[in-house]
Amino acid sequence: MTKGIVTGIISNLVHVEVDGPVSQNEICYIDLHGVKLMAEVIKIAGNTAYTQVFESTRGLQPGCTVEFTERMLEVKLGPGMLSKNYDGLQDDLNKMDGLFLTRGEYTDPLDEHSVWHFTPLAKAGDAVQAGDWLGSVPENWINHKIMVPFKMEGQYSIKSIAAEGDFQITDTIAVLANAEGAEFPLNMIQYWPVKLPIRAYASKPRPFKMMETGVRTIDTLNPIAEGGTGFTPGPFGTGKTVLQHSISQNAEADLIIVAACGERANEVVELFVEFPELDDPRTGRKLMERTIIICNTSNMPVAAREASVYTAMSIAEYYRSMGLRVLLLADSTSRWAQALREMSNRMEELPGPDAFPMDLPAIISNFYSRAGYVFLNNGTPGSITFIGAVSPAGGNLKEPVTESTKKAARCFYSLSQERADSKRYPAVDPIDSYSKYLEYDEVKEYLDGNIAPGWVHDVLTAKDLLLRGKEAKDQINILGDDGVPLDYHSRFWKSELVDRIILVQDGFDPVDKSTPIKRQAYMLQLVLKICREELVFANYEELQPYYTRLINGLRQMNYQEFQNAKFKEYEAQLMAIVAERRAK
Amino acid sequence: MAGTAFQKIYTKLNQITKATCTVTATGVGYEELATVSGRLAQVVKIMGNSVTLQIFSGTEGIGTDAELVFFGKPPTLKVSDQLGGRFFNAYGDPIDGGPEIEGQEVEIGGPSVNPVRRKDPSELIATGIAGIDLNNTLVTGQKIPFFADPDQPYNQVMATVALRTKADKIILGGMGLSNDDYLYYKNTFESAGVIDKIISFVNTTDDPPVERLLVPNMALAAAEYFAIEKNESVLVLLTDVTLYCDALSIVSNRMDQIPSKDSMPGSLYSDLAKIYEKAVQFPEGGSITIIAVTTISGGDITHAIPDNTGYITEGQLYLRRDTDIGKVIIDPARSLSRLKTKVMGKRTRADHPQVMSASVRLNSDAVNAKTKMENGFDLSDYDERTLKFARDYAEQILAIDVNVDTDQMLDTTWALFQKYFTREEVAIKDEFMQLYWKKA
Repeated sequence: MTKGIVTGIISNLVHVEVDGPVSQNEICYIDLHGVKLMAEVIKIAGNTAYTQVFESTRGLQPGCTVEFTERMLEVKLGPGMLSKNYDGLQDDLNKMDGLFLTRGEYTDPLDEHSVWHFTPLAKAGDAVQAGDWLGSVPENWINHKIMVPFKMEGQYSIKSIAAEGDFQITDTIAVLANAEGAEFPLNMIQYWPVKLPIRAYASKPRPFKMMETGVRTIDTLNPIAEGGTGFTPGPFGTGKTVLQHSISQNAEADLIIVAACGERANEVVELFVEFPELDDPRTGRKLMERTIIICNTSNMPVAAREASVYTAMSIAEYYRSMGLRVLLLADSTSRWAQALREMSNRMEELPGPDAFPMDLPAIISNFYSRAGYVFLNNGTPGSITFIGAVSPAGGNLKEPVTESTKKAARCFYSLSQERADSKRYPAVDPIDSYSKYLEYDEVKEYLDGNIAPGWVHDVLTAKDLLLRGKEAKDQINILGDDGVPLDYHSRFWKSELVDRIILVQDGFDPVDKSTPIKRQAYMLQLVLKICREELVFANYEELQPYYTRLINGLRQMNYQEFQNAKFKEYEAQLMAIVAERRAK
Repeated sequence: MAGTAFQKIYTKLNQITKATCTVTATGVGYEELATVSGRLAQVVKIMGNSVTLQIFSGTEGIGTDAELVFFGKPPTLKVSDQLGGRFFNAYGDPIDGGPEIEGQEVEIGGPSVNPVRRKDPSELIATGIAGIDLNNTLVTGQKIPFFADPDQPYNQVMATVALRTKADKIILGGMGLSNDDYLYYKNTFESAGVIDKIISFVNTTDDPPVERLLVPNMALAAAEYFAIEKNESVLVLLTDVTLYCDALSIVSNRMDQIPSKDSMPGSLYSDLAKIYEKAVQFPEGGSITIIAVTTISGGDITHAIPDNTGYITEGQLYLRRDTDIGKVIIDPARSLSRLKTKVMGKRTRADHPQVMSASVRLNSDAVNAKTKMENGFDLSDYDERTLKFARDYAEQILAIDVNVDTDQMLDTTWALFQKYFTREEVAIKDEFMQLYWKKA
């Protein structure tokens, strides 16, 4: 093993003089009076390795010894990860005793002596390759597959496999042999370097299905595809985190991975406290049972912040390989980009825009490309849908992180200060936001076939109404209420109907906070039906009180259980209001 | 902080800038303290045997032959109950003429609390200021800044908050305080007779700016002692964080770092987060709450300092001078406490959230009416009533010199509702209407 000696320290960038070969991204441990500080090689020049330390470097001296591991930063994968709270390096936070995070304390991500009920899915003699399923163990309510390690290249045959029974994760459950006859005993644990994508699948088609989130402004107006990517930029106070939490609670996914990257500790604590209590609307079990939280809060070491998003993605890829639908949320990727900026600055690299590293767009798009819908080698589909939050400096969407992300992500949910100020939550701007998936023929076909015939057309109609309403509003503001034709007021109020009934959603109301797609379709069609009515008004002053009544009626419907007696009663009242003004 | 026997003394500096110096030395640890010609300095960069130190009080008059002594330890503070009622400088040395503190020596700027060992904040902090208690309730373990323009009386408001809260300890971290403001705090605390629960770490404008960098961590190290060892609720007041950030940018500039937005160092977010995230609620009952002042220029919150702060803190408070009553109020429209829903109606009376949102709504109707009036439009009867309500509301409730408890604020608001509005206009849930809407 290569060894080294510390020669320079600038904050968490440590220069190490090495006595042998080192690789880029290799992990090493710096010995500080017996405490081992984990670090990653990020640049090599001659026999000096530049390392970023995942801990505070206080007290570190030149001359401290360093041991290299010949491994990159890896996650440890196996049954037992669900419901865990990890730090950015996949240490189990609950296994740490102290009140404070202790430097150099690394804990096991899995529970070493835990026992799992193994059922084989393959038999001796089967030909297998990386990612193939050998067996399964029940983990909470997921059938956790034990797979041929992703690191194993080429073809193998199963020499022997354990019969159904209880095993510890360290017990051998299968022995593989390669063409030369060399044998490889396997247990339930495998390792994977986080910065590399797991590619153990047969094909990666364009996403074609929609993933329901229960958030109307997303599902109805700008749907995200299962296996798709999206991002939510917004200034502080516009509800990024609230929106992410709401998606995590209601999305149609088997598994949720939340990467709290450089954000407030109290927000993470809220997840710790709430998720074990909240019911998963789809299974009736607790949300925490299908959730993994990776948290590197803003005060934790900055290099581990970068690692945290990769750790989260690798765990997501692992579960995707079991044929599961994984939803990965990262809040916020701007903090990750800032971590990159801090290091780039310390390495005295020539800066790109706003002092971010030049390769920021490449790093971001590489990361987003790891999401996706795949068909595994056995034909089973699996997916990772990724939604990242972005915190643009000064709320300015022209800054480098937002712009780079815009190139990579297919859905753009722009959170607007103006909407937040007028309490129209979720504050996703309906005009600026978009979903590229609405342009995919396969997605369109899926939506029309699964939601309602002509659905995509209806959605585009709603978007047009919103845009025309905004234009009309601008004209009214310039020319005055009586300076524009009456039709402009109608356009504005129709857009208000769509906005206040379809887009605005009460996250604190037990019914309204999550809307199934069938109900979304019903409400959109109802609103569009009203908008298509020819209503007659004598002057512009009649519109506001009239539309206020319509909006109130529709909102009452939103608060009721779908199609219950009250719902129908409100609907009948509503249609009566519509009839009052209908052209004879 | 004198040297001890057998210490190695270096007397040859290789490089001196306005804030840093470089020396050839071995066996030096990162972030270690030293003195250069008696001035305190800290190691900020080590390259081989070349060690760069930032000298807190500046390098004016330092010669290449200055005596340099390393301490072998990072900055520390002695903590014990003796801290109560005392005034210290940025190094933790007494400036009130009193004796040195005896106690356990702790490193400042220590590690972070394990997130799973935190408790979800749920205890209310009452300040007697309605703009806070009624509309933007604070919670122990919260961190929140005032975004204030320099002409606003933020130091007076902070002092008022400090004196009125029921916190066990109040720790003031003054960064770049003018000497006048320092004396104001000192006199206010002394004359209020609560001096024993107040501890101050102060860097004034008379002191060198780089010294400020130690102040928040000194204050928070003391806060952690009382919150963890004594399970006390500690309120930390930091003023002015903008001047702290300015000091950060001075040091990073001297170290040839590439500045990011608004000439601030690229690490500004992490630097601020390390301070603010010390705010915590412990399961054993102790807590650290941080109220800070970030001065802004002309209300511009897109500047890097308020912008990064806003992403870290749990809300922000704005001051506003209400010209109708000639007093300073906490602006009900722009201020926000993100944690208020954790206590409103739970630790306070059940009608609190509804009363709060009704009064904010009626107030914003008043703002609209005022705009209407200024633009020369006729006011409706409702507009007239909202204006009268807003005036009374500002005078009897929002003005920061009003000091009443939350129940009384609620009662007064109910009385004002009834004075000016109908039940429908107030639109509060029936169950509360029946309890609090007095029949005429």
